[in-house]
Amino acid sequence: MITIKDYIIKRILLGVLLVIVVSFLTFCLMYMMPGDPIDIIVDRKVSVERKAEMAHELGYDRPLITQYFDWTNKILHGDFGNSVRYKSKVTDLMLARIPYSLKLCGWSMLWELLLAIPLGLLCAVYKDKFFDRFTVNFSLFLTAIPSFWLGALFIIAFGVKLKILPISGYATAAHFILPIATTVLGGMGATLRVTRSEVLDVLNEKYVTTAYAKGLPKKVVLVKHVLRNALILITTLVFMSIPWLISGAVIIEKIFGLPGMGNLLLNSIIVQDMPVVQAVLLLITILTVICNLLSDIIMGILDPRIRLSLSGGDN
Amino acid sequence: MENNSKWKETLNECRKNKSFMIGLIILISICLVAALAGVIAPYDYAEQYVGERFMAPCAKYPFGTDQLGRDMLSRVIYGSRTALWVAFLGGSLELIIGVVVGLLCGFFGKWVDKVLLFMTDVTWCIPGTILALAVVTILGKGLTNSIIAISLVAWASYARTVRAKTLSLRNMAFVETGKAFGESNVALMFRYILPNIVPSLIVLVSLNLPGTIMSTTTLSFLGLGSQPPSPDWGLAISDGISNITRAPWLSLYPGLALVYTTFGFNLLGEGLRDLLDPHMKSQ
Repeated sequence: MITIKDYIIKRILLGVLLVIVVSFLTFCLMYMMPGDPIDIIVDRKVSVERKAEMAHELGYDRPLITQYFDWTNKILHGDFGNSVRYKSKVTDLMLARIPYSLKLCGWSMLWELLLAIPLGLLCAVYKDKFFDRFTVNFSLFLTAIPSFWLGALFIIAFGVKLKILPISGYATAAHFILPIATTVLGGMGATLRVTRSEVLDVLNEKYVTTAYAKGLPKKVVLVKHVLRNALILITTLVFMSIPWLISGAVIIEKIFGLPGMGNLLLNSIIVQDMPVVQAVLLLITILTVICNLLSDIIMGILDPRIRLSLSGGDN
Repeated sequence: MENNSKWKETLNECRKNKSFMIGLIILISICLVAALAGVIAPYDYAEQYVGERFMAPCAKYPFGTDQLGRDMLSRVIYGSRTALWVAFLGGSLELIIGVVVGLLCGFFGKWVDKVLLFMTDVTWCIPGTILALAVVTILGKGLTNSIIAISLVAWASYARTVRAKTLSLRNMAFVETGKAFGESNVALMFRYILPNIVPSLIVLVSLNLPGTIMSTTTLSFLGLGSQPPSPDWGLAISDGISNITRAPWLSLYPGLALVYTTFGFNLLGEGLRDLLDPHMKSQ
């Protein structure tokens, strides 16, 4: 039998390996692009001799692996290099953009949970009734609509026709209502269905029957016994949904003109500002690996069967 | 005679499957629109009527005109060609990569399996949009490049299924017999094992196509896929949002066409799954 300590160590090692692979791939982005990396960094007008000189100064003529170690070493000290387009430090650029993304993703996450968990609970309680079928089908329908079109529809309805909400920008809290609404409605379907099925599983447990038999009121049983037990698994799913939320933010920020990290990434890809692209990609992928790791570890602690599947089920 | 009645039975089963039939009808309608685009579109998709920019939907322009005075209806009609091309090229690329990797993993096992599984894990755990953005960064903007990027992200689900099926078929008697007759590994993989996986592959392709179309349209929306003046629904929605206060209808119709298409593919996929591979539903 594999112990929980072994499992966590194994999982962390796998996570570290993933981070190394991902960071190496991100580093290689520069070299996988057509042309010399120095052409991406400097202006087109610079002479060939000066380019070679700069390439030497910046260390582009050293072996790839040395450059990689140098690059990671700098990143570990918080230095992501300089942006080609803005001529400023990538770290400063990102620090200026992160608050907008955090605001969008944080509030979206909060509202998604506040809406999806109670709705999922109600759906499970009223299983197969009209409320359940309507809510589940409606959330499925919203998931099937591309978020950029859903955003456009919201802008048309609330911004253009009703004129009650601003359609683009980031100055006031009202500017964040439509972006958050689009993210939440597009993404809550999955959380809702998971909550529903988890609660349905718990409802069949013996201790729930016992709680009812003790004469506890329905509300107390549902919140204290059922939801509390279902919440543990839902938490892990929240961790897993964070990366998807961030990647979805690229689209949402583009629709509503928010100057967040997604917007920075997109604009940097279009003008091929590689140091910025590398930094943002690396940050997002590492965050993804950490979120997956955390949810796996929580699941592993809760459910011994998952530990077995990692060891191949043979020891 | 007997063969004939078997066909009739299959046909009947298909007819009874509602989602399959509706999906098929939707898909046929899209194919017809795409094939006859030159005949049914009232104008050319790139023709600009500068004096008639931002026209609201009217008798002359049923879907209105865009910021360059191009007929929106014609652009939506020609857009179906782009969508079907995305489905065809994206679907084939994902299928080829997924099948080859899956067969190699399942057939050879050991370190080949470990290395390739780790690769599928890597593509699996990074959000698709982000990975596709990284690939587009290397390849550059453009429709074909964005289709390649999406396929490089989406092949993992095929590889997993093919690997699992190959593992269960590898030691079956007919494969062993082939081996005994001195068939090469390539022949064993592609002539003995692959034909047995085809039904599940058809189901997988049709279930994955809506996602492929949606992701590629997303890249076009972000300005990294189709470039103007190509008729692309994602690009049209993006243009529509830039001019949304002046002409809200511009982002409305291309989105409807996109949702209609993905809806059709989804229904067809679900129908095919029930017809060809009933086990998958329970998984």
